[in-house]
Amino acid sequence: MEAELSLNPDIPKTQTKRLAVRISSVSKQFGKGEQAVKALQGITWDVAAQEVAMLVGPSGCGKTTLISVVAGILNADQGSVSIFGESITAMSDRYKTKYRAKNVGFVFQQYNLLPALTAAENAAVPLLIQGVPRLKAVKEASELLGQLGLGKRIHARPNQLSGGQQQRVAIARALIHKPKILVCDEPTAALDHETGMIVMKLIRELAVSDDRAVIVVTHDNRIFPMGDRVAHMDDGHIESIVDGSGRPIPAMIDIP
Amino acid sequence: MGWIAIRMLTGDRAKFIGIVFGLAFASALIMQQGSIFWGLMLRTCAQIYDLRGADLWVMDPSVQFIDDVKPMLERQLGIVRGVEGIQWAVPLYKGNARAKLTFLDKTTGKRVDVTEQVILIGLDDNSLVGEPAEMFTGNLLDLHRPNSVIVDKVGLRKLFPRQGLNLTKTPEEFKSQLVKLSRRKEPAIMSKSIQTNDIPNTKTVDTASEASPVLFEMEMNEHRAEVVGVCNASRTFQSNAVIYTTFSRAKEFVPRERKLLSYVLVKVQPGQNHAEIAKRITQQSGLAALTTDEFVAKTINYYLRYTGIPINFMTTVILGFIVGTAIAGQMFYSFTLENIRQFGALKAMGVGNLRIVGMVLLQAGLVGFLGYGLGVGGATLFGMANRGQNSELAFYTHWYLLLLDAGATMIICVLASLLSVLKVVMLEPAIVFRG
Repeated sequence: MEAELSLNPDIPKTQTKRLAVRISSVSKQFGKGEQAVKALQGITWDVAAQEVAMLVGPSGCGKTTLISVVAGILNADQGSVSIFGESITAMSDRYKTKYRAKNVGFVFQQYNLLPALTAAENAAVPLLIQGVPRLKAVKEASELLGQLGLGKRIHARPNQLSGGQQQRVAIARALIHKPKILVCDEPTAALDHETGMIVMKLIRELAVSDDRAVIVVTHDNRIFPMGDRVAHMDDGHIESIVDGSGRPIPAMIDIP
Repeated sequence: MGWIAIRMLTGDRAKFIGIVFGLAFASALIMQQGSIFWGLMLRTCAQIYDLRGADLWVMDPSVQFIDDVKPMLERQLGIVRGVEGIQWAVPLYKGNARAKLTFLDKTTGKRVDVTEQVILIGLDDNSLVGEPAEMFTGNLLDLHRPNSVIVDKVGLRKLFPRQGLNLTKTPEEFKSQLVKLSRRKEPAIMSKSIQTNDIPNTKTVDTASEASPVLFEMEMNEHRAEVVGVCNASRTFQSNAVIYTTFSRAKEFVPRERKLLSYVLVKVQPGQNHAEIAKRITQQSGLAALTTDEFVAKTINYYLRYTGIPINFMTTVILGFIVGTAIAGQMFYSFTLENIRQFGALKAMGVGNLRIVGMVLLQAGLVGFLGYGLGVGGATLFGMANRGQNSELAFYTHWYLLLLDAGATMIICVLASLLSVLKVVMLEPAIVFRG
């Protein structure tokens, strides 16, 4: 299901946006019996394209579990998740793996760059996964790193880069294959405030587009204002959803 | 993705080298021990290969290996000669004898007698069939001279254990070494030409001008034996000196027995089937007739079945296998664990289990290939450094050892990577979101 829709008229940036991600009544439990942990309890949330959605909350509230389900690397027990109308929860594991390779970009807290590869080679990995020839992939990655201000560091190994530079390589890696959804897990947690803000600006500038959803998991309240939609989670529930200025907005986006 | 796998592997040089070293160690040990084992097995049948010229060995049916001599009556030679399809048949004596050597003790000035066990080979008096393949010094035909014998070069060291014989010297230098060690005699001049032509293989030569000096003398069964030549012979399993002489003289050098015919060496007529003739000999004489290869196989089979040699070597090979697996497995698993987040990230980014397993197996295959190459190379260098007929080390690398070693290394790689494969297959990609 893919539809043109209007955001809540109370949101300042009111404009017509596309529904990118629809999360409907998603539940997930780990363990059984007395040891069972209900990580997600009937989560319902929409994310529009062309905006940065943030998922915030204390440790253990279920943020990581939720983005894992949204990104298709964890199966939900109940409910459904669709990305631009395609239900990811209904996909087989094999198809989901292919889907992730083509449509999902990841930015991790610990960057998870391959230490043996250069910055350009690291950024080229998603293209290599899709079978793009190495030289072509590395060339494209080098160009993107140039846009991210790392044009002179494309041959550097991760251990020769600062934290901020590594995260920029990770952003390049997440965007190189033009994914439909970008999932960022605590992208600023390992960075100082200034670098964190630079990284978030880069995400906003380069990642936000009308055919992509960007979900950022964070507990860094200094970057909350950079989100268009901030969902507060606690104990497996979404407690509230606000816009960047802190005004409440509904979980579901109205489809006209 | 293969390229990424290799870069990941080689990126951590210490671990990469460690894994390769572990595999190279196992591979080298398997190769080296296998080659020594095979070298020893070949030594057990060195004399079968050394005695050339015949197509078939005829022997008592109960003989199990070359040194398991069951003497036959000399009339058996006549029976074998009567079998149709045989070009010639000659006697061969093979047995142990005792050689007594006399030395002068320089400190006391007294004569010292030393008795050594030797392997005595008695060749057909006329044809000398079964002769050593190569003479180091002297002339084979000097065996026609009275009391003459030829000794193998390596065995000399056993005869002169304390004289520091240098086997690597040139024939002339070696000869002068020997002469210094023993009383030198003037060359014996042959009074007439030797004419032996009743057998096609017979050597005919006028040796008067070629007669070699007597290098030294010894005594066997109260008979004087004059060493007139030194030959190159393959080392035997027991490394006893091998002494060649004629069949009739060999009978004098050992205590008198009724049966002194050890083997009959047979040449099959051209165009005749060896197996068929062997069968015919057995039917008509009741003796066993084997080709050289069959006799070698029988000898090796005996050592494999009735001695503990294979078990001893196998124990070392198994230890090498286990140690190699442990080192490579532990380091490979540790490498995988250190890269587990990267593997998780790759899985999250859409690399399927099959490709991840392929990456791990490629890494294992690469270190296996390198380890195998280095191991085989190392073992070969070891063998080359110790090669030569005079070497104490029995070392022979049969081509199938290469395959066996490759198979063993491959199994080590599979075992070593098994835990890693299980780890990455079971790996939840969500691990990348954990701090």
